[in-house]
Amino acid sequence: MIYLLPLLIGIPIIAAFAILLGACARKTALLAAALNLILTLSLAFGYNQSAAGYQFTSSAMLAPQWKLAFALGVDGLSLIMLLLTALVTLAAVWVAPRPEKLERYPNLYYAALLFISAGATGAFASLDLFFFYAFHELALIPTFLLIGIWGSGDRITAAWKITIYLALGSFVLLIGLLALYLSLPDATRTFSIPTLQALAANGGIPQNPWIYLSLLLGFGILISLFPFHTWAPQAYASAPAPAAMLHAGVLKKFGLYGLLRVALPLLPGAAQHWTNLLLFLLAGNILYVGLVTIAQKRLDLMLGNSSVMHMGYIFLGIAAFNPLGLTGAALLMFAHGLSIAALFAIAGEVRERTGNLEFANLGGLAKPMPFLGFTFGLAAFASIGLPGFANFASELPIFFGAFSHAGSLLAFSNFQIVTIIALWGVVISAVYMLRGYRAAFLGETNPRWAGLHDLCGCIRPAVILLLVALIIVGFRPQLLVNLATPAIKTILAAPAK
Amino acid sequence: MNFPMNPLTLDLAVLALGLVLLLLEAFNDRKEKTFLGWFATLGIAAIFGASFLFSPQNVAATPQLAAFYQVDALAIFFKRLALGTTLLVLIMALEFRPILSRYLPAVVKNAGLGEFFALPVFTCVGLMWMASAADFVMVFVSLELVTISFYVLVSYMRRSAASLEAGVKYLILGALSTGFFVYGITWIFGITGQTNLAEVGKALAALPAGSETAALFAMTLLFVGLGFKIAAAPFQLWVPDVYQGAPTPITAFLSVGSKAAGFIVLMRVATIFLHAPATAAKAQLALAVLAVLTLLYGNLAAMPQLNLKRLLAYSSIAHAGYLLVAIVGWQSGNAPVTVSFYLAGYFLMTLLAFVVMIAVQRAAGGDEISHFNGLGQRAPFLAFGMTVAMLSLAGVPFTVGFLGKFFVFADAVKTGQWLLVGIGIVTVAAGFYYYLKVVRAMYWNVAKLTEPVVASGLTKVVIGVLVTMILLLGVWPQPVLTMLR
Repeated sequence: MIYLLPLLIGIPIIAAFAILLGACARKTALLAAALNLILTLSLAFGYNQSAAGYQFTSSAMLAPQWKLAFALGVDGLSLIMLLLTALVTLAAVWVAPRPEKLERYPNLYYAALLFISAGATGAFASLDLFFFYAFHELALIPTFLLIGIWGSGDRITAAWKITIYLALGSFVLLIGLLALYLSLPDATRTFSIPTLQALAANGGIPQNPWIYLSLLLGFGILISLFPFHTWAPQAYASAPAPAAMLHAGVLKKFGLYGLLRVALPLLPGAAQHWTNLLLFLLAGNILYVGLVTIAQKRLDLMLGNSSVMHMGYIFLGIAAFNPLGLTGAALLMFAHGLSIAALFAIAGEVRERTGNLEFANLGGLAKPMPFLGFTFGLAAFASIGLPGFANFASELPIFFGAFSHAGSLLAFSNFQIVTIIALWGVVISAVYMLRGYRAAFLGETNPRWAGLHDLCGCIRPAVILLLVALIIVGFRPQLLVNLATPAIKTILAAPAK
Repeated sequence: MNFPMNPLTLDLAVLALGLVLLLLEAFNDRKEKTFLGWFATLGIAAIFGASFLFSPQNVAATPQLAAFYQVDALAIFFKRLALGTTLLVLIMALEFRPILSRYLPAVVKNAGLGEFFALPVFTCVGLMWMASAADFVMVFVSLELVTISFYVLVSYMRRSAASLEAGVKYLILGALSTGFFVYGITWIFGITGQTNLAEVGKALAALPAGSETAALFAMTLLFVGLGFKIAAAPFQLWVPDVYQGAPTPITAFLSVGSKAAGFIVLMRVATIFLHAPATAAKAQLALAVLAVLTLLYGNLAAMPQLNLKRLLAYSSIAHAGYLLVAIVGWQSGNAPVTVSFYLAGYFLMTLLAFVVMIAVQRAAGGDEISHFNGLGQRAPFLAFGMTVAMLSLAGVPFTVGFLGKFFVFADAVKTGQWLLVGIGIVTVAAGFYYYLKVVRAMYWNVAKLTEPVVASGLTKVVIGVLVTMILLLGVWPQPVLTMLR
């Protein structure tokens, strides 16, 4: 069993190298992604929920004097993220254009997608801070290449902006992690996450607020926390659809996962110093970016901005730091990842057919392309948070969790105020999503688009896969809640002193 | 396997190889000198291999030797680094022959190349002695052996105006920096009456507070002199022109070998001042100022470069900045290990970049970044090698370059050098920009020419080995760290 996780990371990497060396790109990539989904599902079913904790662990010491080891293992929280990764990877590879349609480097395209997936998988499965960090950065360069070579619109600016912004963010994060490591006394210094968590539970980690701030900023830049979000909308708008799906759907969750896995459990006391700052910034995500999203005149930019805005909800759940809030945050990471991936997949298909995504240029597309129109509608509803979709099941606990945090009905604290703002955020996202849906898919059909073909039958399962997962979790959130609960209990167990 | 060996054997073997090469050059009848290149390459390879089989005996047994020569783990490591660099430079020199002979007046093809293969071997001897130098006089002599052979090598392409210009610039500024260095040594001798590094250290440590002015003056002179050698700002002015004008293998040699040797001397010299209570704070401040200037200048000036050799010249300045950060954080106790590991990584990734560059230079006829346009299609393997080199230089995880930066910043955080850390964050982001510019050229941009770039089998093997080592050491640094214990 200890080979399952190395295999999970190894399959996409080996497949990517095989593709670079000339293996049939599409078949190999699809096979690797499908294998990974099966492996992840078997991990999820094989995970012993009553025992909780990290399972399927394996580790190899690499640099003893640094206590640096390549250690893997999963708990419920990482399993949710791995499921998300496997689902979105499969969908992304599925909707990727056929190699013969790509003008240049068809094999590199698929290899880059698999590298992003491997990076995310590795980060979510790592139990060692060093590799947790390193795997995430592995995805940076494929993104740069995907946007730069195959992007659309102002791809050059977008590719540079995302790469340099994220490099900067990850370096701030690295300094924070180093400072955390070095703030421990010599004897207990380690990069091992479980050991650090055990230390934290005994109050063995100095609660230095500045270290937490550096982690928060580092992760925050990677998550597109307001005001460090400007790289995201442009990059997602310019990226080819599969890259946007993987990045917005999966990779961006790395930062949130990092907050839940590293920053909060290890530095709960230090985190309290910055709660108000975080509340202020996440209100910026919801309100400011939400209003910016309404003003967008292009479908891809609107989706890019909306994905930034929705990060605000997840931050709210994390800031609440109670079982409800954290469970909601964990679920919303999953739900948002799937819904935004579905939206980007559909938008990408539309762009391929119409050339660009200006609202003024689109209209009535549901008539020639009923499948795309219908699924876009479903994904948009999910994204708004309509009941029946996983997003609803996860936003609700976040709102309850945040609202019930400290304060009372007689004396509203910042939490209650921000929760109210966040609830208005739901209205805001309803406004832009529905307006976008109407502008693109309903109304008069532009005669230029009357002859467009709907999504080819062989690609439809990719979109259906994402939507079905959303609906299943929407009706039975317990599936994931049961997985997440023990992990969240451990996060909350650390004394906040 | 660790057979005992006389501590000087390794250095003398390289010296003997150099002399044999010169004699062969003079007395062999063959006009075509390529065989000398192969001879030198194989000889250095053999000595490099032998350095892993034999371990030098302790020099303490012979006090006469120990007075000016030391063989610690650091010295052995840097000797291997010098041998490895020379080996790769000689291989590059062999690959570079067609371009070189274009700029040499010769009746027979490859006739004037003899010294081009012999001189690097002497440079190597100088680098190896420098690694072991325990006395200022020894440091000076080996430094000059290195510098003087570089004077010749830099201006070797004597029909290229750029190469001659580079030679003149290097000669004038090199001589100037030597002047500073010697003047510094005389002051040290005047203050302490010693030239042995350990003795000087003891004498300086005994200086009462308030009487350190002369020592600080000497320190300044020494740092200025060494600043030229390691290309630290504001003594970096010669670097871009000399790097661009020199024959490419020599540029690689300068940027790796010369820098490594400069840093081991700087570490040994700086330690004296950093461990003397009277001068410690000022020495650290001086190094910190150098580090800040070097980091900012190297990284910011690299951004607009369009020529790959110039880009690598500024990158070499930038990396000197990171190495200085490690020395500034000397209280961490790790500085020698950090600097050595960083240099080992720097050696691998920079030489990889130069090996690919020579292959492209031969096919595309130039070393502008635009000559790399579309290389991903024209030569996927070369482009892959260059990408690995650039990513490692930028500091992407899973490469040795990242671990090097990781150790450097760990030292800086540990010793609380927050200003340096802050500047480092900005310069690393800048680094991502200019290194990825090369990746962009290779993959984003469309080539004007589409015929494949063919590289020789030797080049491919070297690229394969370097890429493997960069990736392997990037996740498993232990072999190098053990060597430095």
